[in-house]
Amino acid sequence: MRLSRRVSVAVVGLTALLAATACGDDGGGGTAVKNVEVFTWWADGGEKAGLDGLVGTFGTACPNFTFVNGAVAGGAGSNAKQVLASRLTQSDPPDTFQAHAGNELNDYISAGQIEDLSAKYTEWGLTNAFPAGLISNLTVDGKIYSVPANIHRANMLWGNKTVLASAGIAANATSLDAFFTDLDKLKAKGVTPLALGKDWTQLMLFESVLISNLGADKFIGLWNGSTPWDGADVTKSIADLQKLMTYTNKDRDTFDWTDAEKLIMEGKAGYQLMGDWEAADLDAKGFKDYSYTVFPGNTGVFQWLADSFVLPKGAKNAAGTECWLKTVGSAEGQKAFNTKKGSIPARTDAVAADYPAYQQTAIADWKSLKQVPSCAHGAGCSQGYMGALNSAMGKFSSDGNVSALQTALVAAAGQFAK
Amino acid sequence: MATNTQVPAEVRPPGGSQPGRTHRPGRMHWHSRLRQWGPGLLLLSPSLILLAIFVYGLIGWTINLSMQDRHTARPSKGFVGLDNYVNLFANDISDRFVHSLKNLAVFTVVFIGGTLLLGLLWAFLLERGAKAEGVFRTVYLFPMAVSFVASGVVWRWLMNAGTGENAGGINAIFEDLGLGFLENPWWTHPNWGMAAMAMPAIWQLSGYIMALFIAGFRGISHDLREAAYVDGATSYQLYRHVLFPQLTPTVLSALIITGHMSMKMFDLIMSVSGAQWITEVPAVYVWQTLLTSDYAKSAAISVFLLVVVALVIVPYLVHVNRAEKRS
Repeated sequence: MRLSRRVSVAVVGLTALLAATACGDDGGGGTAVKNVEVFTWWADGGEKAGLDGLVGTFGTACPNFTFVNGAVAGGAGSNAKQVLASRLTQSDPPDTFQAHAGNELNDYISAGQIEDLSAKYTEWGLTNAFPAGLISNLTVDGKIYSVPANIHRANMLWGNKTVLASAGIAANATSLDAFFTDLDKLKAKGVTPLALGKDWTQLMLFESVLISNLGADKFIGLWNGSTPWDGADVTKSIADLQKLMTYTNKDRDTFDWTDAEKLIMEGKAGYQLMGDWEAADLDAKGFKDYSYTVFPGNTGVFQWLADSFVLPKGAKNAAGTECWLKTVGSAEGQKAFNTKKGSIPARTDAVAADYPAYQQTAIADWKSLKQVPSCAHGAGCSQGYMGALNSAMGKFSSDGNVSALQTALVAAAGQFAK
Repeated sequence: MATNTQVPAEVRPPGGSQPGRTHRPGRMHWHSRLRQWGPGLLLLSPSLILLAIFVYGLIGWTINLSMQDRHTARPSKGFVGLDNYVNLFANDISDRFVHSLKNLAVFTVVFIGGTLLLGLLWAFLLERGAKAEGVFRTVYLFPMAVSFVASGVVWRWLMNAGTGENAGGINAIFEDLGLGFLENPWWTHPNWGMAAMAMPAIWQLSGYIMALFIAGFRGISHDLREAAYVDGATSYQLYRHVLFPQLTPTVLSALIITGHMSMKMFDLIMSVSGAQWITEVPAVYVWQTLLTSDYAKSAAISVFLLVVVALVIVPYLVHVNRAEKRS
């Protein structure tokens, strides 16, 4: 009796446990092919508002399909990327997913995980709606794989007007040399001349210096392998960066971009280099006394980054995805998204009057300037390349070793550039 | 029930099976043993199976991954043996892995040294019969109840690297007290930053080590103290030659506990500095490589960490096992 009771307890326990694990995964499957699962990391703030705007347009433009929100929150997309990687490996892709346009897509392209959209570009009239420079940055071996939903500009210099005026800086510098003179004036006033944050913000600053010293075409070449990293112009750029670092706050490695932004808002710093999401952020924080200009020496160059959507191979509802992508690329869709998110449309036919002051100038620049990609935000380089460069910048920030940085850059290009 | 192989009369199955037992003793022996440990094994089996799959199975899977040519989100391009391990030491850009090991070494030495010294000092003071011992014990032990993430956020603010007008946290206190020369860059120092990073960990774990040492002191028989006093030993001699030697097993346990925690340190560093070059240790490096889809490299670092931790832990477990068998 005792024995059988023990056995039965064990068996019951075991079955209960197995049953609990067995009913873990159900659901899925879904109803018909009406649903379009859109996978993003836009879960809150202006990004969520932008997505909601886009969903509204999708509802009117594609009444046959239903939007399903597949957003994975957290970690600036790092959580979402992990989930996405495992779903793609298991051949269970969402109908479409968010990714930075440009070289960050290379892994997916060479793995054959996303479809060529070149024919759709012609069909939807996107080839002419987007600027030629963007089209050429997006094209990989003659094919385009993604539809950008928005454009941000990376090479912008933000300033506190009052601080700049008190240091006697009347006009924005247009060359690095003139910029150093201005920084000296700010230093003499006892403020931090240039507010800077940790590794990736340093990479953005370095990219701007590279654009100033190499020019747009050679800069693009750095990312596709046609410009070598061991050249004298790169050495000079690193030396310039080293000099710029001496004008920055010493605790930069403890700063995120918003901490550096705070120095500007409090009048403790003169300048900060940051992408143009800073305009939306300063507006949201109610700070009006800011100036903006392109980074000195970058005149005529628009360094872009963009969020885009793709068509994964094996998507359950390819027709629905195509309708979503068409909406993303359309003038209405881009307007609905960007007026809420604080970025600008990738299309050149946007009506500037629909946007706030800064975005109006950015829209005008986007049409007329030369487009170059940003590595720090995935347009110019793959994720591995970006990670290696961020690490190299962090090292340079702590040891200031010019030749060691150049060696690391050459090694990273050798390992990651295509 | 453990040692008695004889099945008690009242649980024997009635009738028919009784003769069978006498005729075929071998088979029944097997049967009765199964009856002895069968139900226990059955009860344990879910956790055994889960352990086998999710711990040992996945360790094997990780080891296999660490020997693949799989550095992107794409499938593996083939087996490369130990290349990934060699590359960690020989071909890593700016010797990033070696740098992370150096950081870990500085952190480990300061962390273990700090907790052992503070823990021993506090235990010694309390053992000498300080007033309100219970209060102090709680006060010292309490930081352990806080998670590394929560304390990391606070220490991030305390160890603000700004100086002079921009000083914050501890530097601001120094500034206000006119001790400006004590202000320092904390964890942003290129060489000794990791020593500052160890401070929060010391703050959290010293109380625990103190508790270990107090238990160690309490475990020493009073007869020994009395015998020493009878022999005319001074307090110094008592501690130096009688009590401290008896604490060796406690020190060993403390070393193992703090040592393996130190080697796997991740959450504290992520919340104080975030993932970046200056404070990168192998566990953070694993995270960074995983986020850039360099699966083979992150597996290789993980396996390397596992081996290093095992080198510390396994001899200790063997030692404890033998000691328990002897007693």
